[in-house]
Amino acid sequence: MSENEKRVGVYVCHCGHNIAGTVDVEHVAEWAYNLPNVIISRDNKFMCASTGQEQIEEDVKEFNLTHVVVASCSPHMHEKTFRNAVERSGLNPYLFEMANIREHASWVHPDDQDGATSKAKALVSAAVHRVLHHEELTPMQVEIRPEVLIVGGGVAGIQAALEVAEAGHHVYLVEREPSIGGHMAQLDKTFPTLDCSACILTPKMFDAGSHPNITLLTYAEVEQVDGYVGNFTVRVRKKAKMVHEDLCTGCGTCWEKCPKKVIDTVFESGLGYRKAIYRPFPQAVPKYPVIDVETCIYYDTGKCRACEKFCPTDAIDFEMQDEIVNLEVGNIIVATGYDLFDPRRIPQYGYGRHENVFTSMEFERLVNAAGPSDGRVVLRDGETTPQSVAIIHCVGSRDKNYNGHCSAICCMYSLKFAHLVKERTEAEVYNFYIDMRTIAKGYEEFYDRVLEEGAHFIRGKVSEITDATHASEEEGKLVVVAEDTLIGKQRRVPVDMVILAVAMEPRADAEEVAHRFGIGCGDTGFFTERHPKLDPVATVTEGVYIAGACQGPKDIPDAVAQGSAAAARVLSVISQREVALEPVRATIDEEHCSGCRICNTMCPYHAIDFIEADSVSRVNPALCKGCGTCVAACPSQVISGAHFTFDQLIAEIDGIMVDVNIDEPLVAAEMV
Amino acid sequence: MSENGTFKPVIVGFLCNWCSYRAADLAGTSRMGYPATLRDIRIMCTGRLDPTFVLRALEKGADGVLIMGCHPGQCHYQEGNYKAIRRFALLKRTLRQFGIEEERVQLHWASAAEGVEFAKTVAKMTEEITALGPLEWSRNWPNEDPHIYAEEAAHE
Ligand SMILES: Cc1cc2nc3c(=O)[nH]c(=O)nc-3n(C[C@H](O)[C@H](O)[C@H](O)COP(=O)(O)OP(=O)(O)OC[C@H]3O[C@@H](n4cnc5c(N)ncnc54)[C@H](O)[C@@H]3O)c2cc1C
Ligand code: FES
Repeated sequence: MSENEKRVGVYVCHCGHNIAGTVDVEHVAEWAYNLPNVIISRDNKFMCASTGQEQIEEDVKEFNLTHVVVASCSPHMHEKTFRNAVERSGLNPYLFEMANIREHASWVHPDDQDGATSKAKALVSAAVHRVLHHEELTPMQVEIRPEVLIVGGGVAGIQAALEVAEAGHHVYLVEREPSIGGHMAQLDKTFPTLDCSACILTPKMFDAGSHPNITLLTYAEVEQVDGYVGNFTVRVRKKAKMVHEDLCTGCGTCWEKCPKKVIDTVFESGLGYRKAIYRPFPQAVPKYPVIDVETCIYYDTGKCRACEKFCPTDAIDFEMQDEIVNLEVGNIIVATGYDLFDPRRIPQYGYGRHENVFTSMEFERLVNAAGPSDGRVVLRDGETTPQSVAIIHCVGSRDKNYNGHCSAICCMYSLKFAHLVKERTEAEVYNFYIDMRTIAKGYEEFYDRVLEEGAHFIRGKVSEITDATHASEEEGKLVVVAEDTLIGKQRRVPVDMVILAVAMEPRADAEEVAHRFGIGCGDTGFFTERHPKLDPVATVTEGVYIAGACQGPKDIPDAVAQGSAAAARVLSVISQREVALEPVRATIDEEHCSGCRICNTMCPYHAIDFIEADSVSRVNPALCKGCGTCVAACPSQVISGAHFTFDQLIAEIDGIMVDVNIDEPLVAAEMV
Repeated sequence: MSENGTFKPVIVGFLCNWCSYRAADLAGTSRMGYPATLRDIRIMCTGRLDPTFVLRALEKGADGVLIMGCHPGQCHYQEGNYKAIRRFALLKRTLRQFGIEEERVQLHWASAAEGVEFAKTVAKMTEEITALGPLEWSRNWPNEDPHIYAEEAAHE
């Protein structure tokens, strides 16, 4: 198509008042009519509405448009919408360009209408100049592998795994710990219904462990992810368990005979013991133990092997090595959950110094009938029942020094704790809160119930927990010091036991994991969803989804809902059988390639090979992700990055530098 | 470009699609105001930034160029921004030889969550360029074809 055969249609959106309230859209549309090759330029109340889209379709036919520009919101919002409209009109969808005059103009320059209008003109001009260089592109169709990888076997990951497996597709569930279950397996009762956590979780764990469509890879971690939606290859390292699962019956003789007792800092939160060969808890799935080589006597001294001696099925193997498993999957769900805030970071709360200051997870183990105290609420001596208990809310949450976010669940589990203390002891309970947040179904009712049970609520942030006593009734107690903001006085409340409702934080390795899977981390460090409202479980990487507390603090019902949602998204992709990949890819003009190989080393995906026979480099389109690094690096300028070509970007720069203060844009005349 | 005698710089932005373009989107959705001086262009990754683009923008009248990408270690394509850092170092040397002040071409990072940082960066750079005044490339380098310079610089 020669230059003057190109016919561009420009559409400037009002977005109701969102754009038109700041940008003079009529003026922009009128002005744009003078840009090169523009045949028609209109403003429209809502371009994304069906009438706006139909306008494009009608105009393309009536005016024989060859290219389309829409100036509206971010391409991350509606590029797909308009590409589809352009395609319906009979044009190739890539003969379209968007100018972002909402997020990047009207919304950020509300007090500068002239400035916003000028900027909108520059952006529209840029888009028009660019689109003239657009080429027809065809997305690459790739088949979707039906296998799904799920990372993290907490309740969110288990839920997702069961949904996908039930739909008939194979799931690989990779869990770092020896058992699936996550934090929920540690809990005693769950708010607000107080049903026993294990009773509702273990059946699900069992189903996940025995489902013919689920392969459990426990004590394992994903090391590397390559490929793209539909065709990921994943390298998983299975840590050596030193126990052959095909021989082991889970009888328990080994850990009974193991002479080495270790403090269990994971499942028992440091309150209980396990052995060096252990299974984290009785309902563990799978039921097989692992040897912790860090603490096992044999790996330290070369002697012992008691477990091996007593194992009735010869399942123990001290020479076992880590195993690398390569998986091929079409979609990935990441459900790696959360970590808890370490209250040692707030020294004035005395955790680690005062023995009867507990974290919430420690208390959770304490009240658990299967926990270290068989469910008795006792002090750290394991015997004394407390006469008074303080529960401190928001420890490490809603505090600029630690985490700005609200952890969403602490108010509710603090109420649960208040109830459990009341149920199991005669103790007085004092809740120190900043604000009560009881926002889901049945939660406010639960709060009322705990109030009626006689728990005390003091509104104020605790400044200190101390054993420095001021009065005789404080003797031998921990004194919780806080400003009671309802009565405007400082309070000193002496108690026997303090529970810190510690914050939910992103996993310590969240950034690393995010990077491995191509997910973003927000400012709080939790994984970022594709859209906070409309796409809460997708991520910026096609084929990678997130679910549960790795996306942000949430309770079990929300984690489960996200697990199901992520599974539904994956199932919908699988049922399409094929997926179209963005054709934004690099190609090398082999005729002019000098064979210098600079691009070979530049490519982060090893997608460029040197073809010895022809002395040229060639891009493997399936591996290329279209970043354009090679394009910018090629000294002969013979690599072209589709949709971000040299000509397109130069035209965009020239277009964006149009003088917006004159009525008829000049740049057109001096276009190169 | 001046309006009533007050100088309002024009800054051309090159924003990577995954972090900084989204940071700019977030600044928009959160209605964080910043000066209307930036005219931004989306590239897939800062690794795509051919130094020619920067010179072209200056040549066409920009008073400054702002390149923004994902934080080091967070590039959507693993290491594109490291390539950008290296190219930027070379580009800065070239610009110095042209006599162009450091502040005119800047490289910054903003993650998709850093709408505030994005807005602040634009505001700060606007102040700096306003203080420097217009670049006026075409007046300062009138007799040469700057485009040739640009091409050469890119291949140095
Ligand atoms: C003290 C306390 C009490 C609570 N009480 C309640 C309650 O009563 N009711 C309620 O609704 N909610 C409660 N919650 C919240 C509940 O724990 C969470 O909502 C729920 O556990 C979130 O599940 P998840 O699957 O998203 O994450 P997690 O439970 O954290 O599971 C994540 C899993 O991923 C694994 N993993 C992590 N990283 C990797 C990796 N890189 N590779 C492989 N695997 C990995 C972990 O080992 C873990 O098994 C409570 C929380 C706390 C702290
Ligand atoms: S994608 Fe943002 S710098 Fe590479």
